Amino acid sequence: MTASSGTDPLEVLVWRGKSDGRYQRFEVPRRDNQTVLDVVTFIQRECDPTVSYRFACRVGMCGSCGMTVNGRPRWTCRTHVSTVADDNQLQIGPLANLPLIKDLVVDMTRFFEKWQAAGGTFVPTKSRHDEIAMLRPSEPARVSADAAVECINCGVCFAACDTVRWNEDYLGPAALNRSWTLVNDTRDGGQAGRLQALAAHGGCTACHSHQSCAEHCPKGLNPTRSIAGLKRRTMAAYLKGEISR
Amino acid sequence: MKAARLYVAQRLTAALMAPLVIGHLAVMFYATSNGLSAADILGRTSGSVGWALFYGVFAVAVAVHAAIGLRAISIEWAGASEQAADGLMLISGSVLALLGLRAVAAVVFPGAL
Amino acid sequence: MATGGEIRRDTGYRRNALWWAALVHRISGLALALFLPLHFLALGLAIEGEAALETFIRWSDTPAVKVAEAGLVFLLVAHLVGGLRVMVIETFAWRPGQKALATAGLAVAAISGGLFLIRVI
Repeated sequence: MTASSGTDPLEVLVWRGKSDGRYQRFEVPRRDNQTVLDVVTFIQRECDPTVSYRFACRVGMCGSCGMTVNGRPRWTCRTHVSTVADDNQLQIGPLANLPLIKDLVVDMTRFFEKWQAAGGTFVPTKSRHDEIAMLRPSEPARVSADAAVECINCGVCFAACDTVRWNEDYLGPAALNRSWTLVNDTRDGGQAGRLQALAAHGGCTACHSHQSCAEHCPKGLNPTRSIAGLKRRTMAAYLKGEISR
Repeated sequence: MKAARLYVAQRLTAALMAPLVIGHLAVMFYATSNGLSAADILGRTSGSVGWALFYGVFAVAVAVHAAIGLRAISIEWAGASEQAADGLMLISGSVLALLGLRAVAAVVFPGAL
Repeated sequence: MATGGEIRRDTGYRRNALWWAALVHRISGLALALFLPLHFLALGLAIEGEAALETFIRWSDTPAVKVAEAGLVFLLVAHLVGGLRVMVIETFAWRPGQKALATAGLAVAAISGGLFLIRVI
């Protein structure tokens, strides 16, 4: 770790237990260039080995370390303590809108089930014996897909979305955003089924364009824009009779 | 697909009502700032096909639009099931349409009772 | 900061202008939907004849009611503007600067309500 910045230690509240648990208070030495993940790691190694949390790459590539920090869902490895610790205080909890396993670890099953339900799976039309599909990055469909394709399923947008919290059937911004990339994939053969799923209850029509997802996405993606595109696409299909009425 | 149908109905009634709302605001500004009495108002609306159409369409559109909106609110804020929300939508839409068309009839045929 | 009990809920993003726009849109819609039956019943008094409606109009000629009417104008314009926001997002290609537009829309609603109030009081 880098040198101590010689200030008071951080007062860190960490959620312990399940949904009926409580915050536990720890003191963590303040350092220069310290991330919230550094803080949680320190707590687990030096204070209480029973603290459960998730991380992997530590450098903002994998999306595993999402937690609620002072009320906002974010990647803890890319959140510097200096930007969030008001008065040397930090409050760290699990991501919202997902079942809590223990402490800072949530069950991502529902997140990925909605991913599948939104038609987030590629449906191939060619085999290895066919010619490779030619995709030009400059084509409008590919531009739309590329703008949304960098999602790494971290769950931050899902945790930030009020509509996810209010409507348990809502597929959520990440799943719909991924589906949008496949709707724009000219190689995909599953559009009919996908559009049907998207036009159903809890699909893209449930989004109210709050844009909390775009506000919070650590990769700067814009699921609201993708969902708006899905609304246009599904409504066109509905009006043309391609989706069952 | 019901969700798609409701979505289309909500957007269509919204688009339809945008100019109607502006017209209604103009009417209200005129009526209230000129202090129109019931006699003045009913004198203009009585027997008028134009006002009957304007407000008749408005009443039906708002009944549909408000009912769908209330359905979404009941699911998202009151935890209603889809079936309960549909029931609320049908009841509220019917009540609004009935009362609305009755009000239109009242000003186009005043004193009908 | 709380030490026991509940996991703290997100509060940071609620300062986002577009989140407020969506909330105002919903609350105004709910308020208008609840007000409408009263409005229809009042107008429906005309079925009993002009005198019944005139009695109501006289009753409503008080400052308190006028303020309430201005409030309704605000709600109606706010809901219209909020709805236009949704329709623009969903119909057209994405454009930046939405937060500025949303704030401007709220200002239009407030001004309309204010204008109404000035003219009738």
